[in-house]
Amino acid sequence: MLATDLIYSFAGVALFALGLRAALLHRTLLGRVLSINICGAGIFLVFVALAYRGHDLAPDAVPHALVLTGIVVAVSATALALALGRRLHEAGDE
Amino acid sequence: MLIIVTGVGFFAAGSIGLLRLPDLHSRLHALTKADNLGLGLIAIGLALLSGSLVIAIKLLLVWILVLAGSAASAHLIAQQALRRGHD
Amino acid sequence: MVVHLWNLLDLVLAGLVVALGWSAVASSDLKRGVVLFIAFGLLLAIIWARLNAPDLALAEAAIGAGLSGALLLAALRDEPASVGDTGFTQGPVAWATAVFSLVVAVSFAWALLHAHAAGDPIRLADEVIAHLEQSGVSNPVTAVLLNYRAYDTLLELAVLLAAVLGIMAVGPARPTYKPAGPLFGALVTWLVPLLIVTGGYLLWVGAHAPGGAFQAGALLAAAAVLLRLGGYPGAGLPGSLVQRWLLVSGVGVFITVGLLVTVEGRAFLQYSHGWSGMLILLIEIAATLAIATTLALAYIGGRALSSQHDRPEQ
Repeated sequence: MLATDLIYSFAGVALFALGLRAALLHRTLLGRVLSINICGAGIFLVFVALAYRGHDLAPDAVPHALVLTGIVVAVSATALALALGRRLHEAGDE
Repeated sequence: MLIIVTGVGFFAAGSIGLLRLPDLHSRLHALTKADNLGLGLIAIGLALLSGSLVIAIKLLLVWILVLAGSAASAHLIAQQALRRGHD
Repeated sequence: MVVHLWNLLDLVLAGLVVALGWSAVASSDLKRGVVLFIAFGLLLAIIWARLNAPDLALAEAAIGAGLSGALLLAALRDEPASVGDTGFTQGPVAWATAVFSLVVAVSFAWALLHAHAAGDPIRLADEVIAHLEQSGVSNPVTAVLLNYRAYDTLLELAVLLAAVLGIMAVGPARPTYKPAGPLFGALVTWLVPLLIVTGGYLLWVGAHAPGGAFQAGALLAAAAVLLRLGGYPGAGLPGSLVQRWLLVSGVGVFITVGLLVTVEGRAFLQYSHGWSGMLILLIEIAATLAIATTLALAYIGGRALSSQHDRPEQ
């Protein structure tokens, strides 16, 4: 099997764990949202690394589609979280 | 190939300038001038490597857009720094 | 295990991306964190290109780095980081969290190593390619998104709609910007038409090359962000009634097309062979406009106040 898979999927795992730790420890909403985005990026990296089939073979399109959906959903969830955070901030909480 | 390597060299010079130069304005100088020249050389090298006119035109367009974008953002950053008194 | 010379580059890229990700979340200074996050997103786009995923590279650069970064920067502007505690929880909780994350990472990595050693997984990739001519497009990712798994994309557009409804319900728009100076104004004047044309191109070309509705919608949203930064409070969006129609049209056209094909006795969203290319294009056009409006409204941050017009404030 390809070493490329392994390198990038391990990088994805590392990103997920780092993001998870930061998400639990950050005090501000923005910091947590940022960390969760990094978590998501790590998961996407694992997906795409597993979809890679080498230089000659076309990659597996199904995980690509899943990750594309994931990227768009992640940005909309981020936007909603930030809007809610702004409202909380205006209401005097945090 | 040689052109690409030269372009990378310019890019590296620009990044070293970012890290080592003392002042916001000189860093902007390093970033915009060295990096854009580096990108231009890389684009020329890639265009020659690809051998296709369409791709060469697209690369030229990319370079022009990056030039415009970095010029505008460097201007904005410098303007803000002036207003706030050298960040 | 097959090792290639490229893997040397892979090690560098993978190491860099983890280092960037770590530095983006490790600093208490959120401004620095957000800028590093944008750089992280761009590096990730390069990695997608390396892994033969050009559609993802386009989407990551436009949405993951560009729009997410713009959203985070706008949020930074709303709530200056000096308010409240920044920084991290300290003490035993911090250690427990670190250990927990380490355990998660190790078990995840062990599972991946196991799967890697187990050999070739069962994949749908060849099935996708085998049926590609029947699907109406020749880009396999577009085929998966808009034909094989069209239902999932429909639900994704519904998620986008729900998010923007939430954002609009929560409060008024963010404060606007002063009109742009001459240099930035000129950039906006040149870039916005270029972005619109490129968005249209990506939408069209998505059928047979990397591209598609999401990337095109993201480019149009980027044009809206530019307009807003240049001092146009409306960000180039049409009036609120047209906005609502555009937002709904993504999901609406999808469902309508899906229901109409059932008239012939087929299942929901089961396109007939000759029509599938046209139907996919129709759905993609509506989806692009809906995605662009959604992301632009998400950046604006809410309902525009009635006093804001589509001209720069004087």
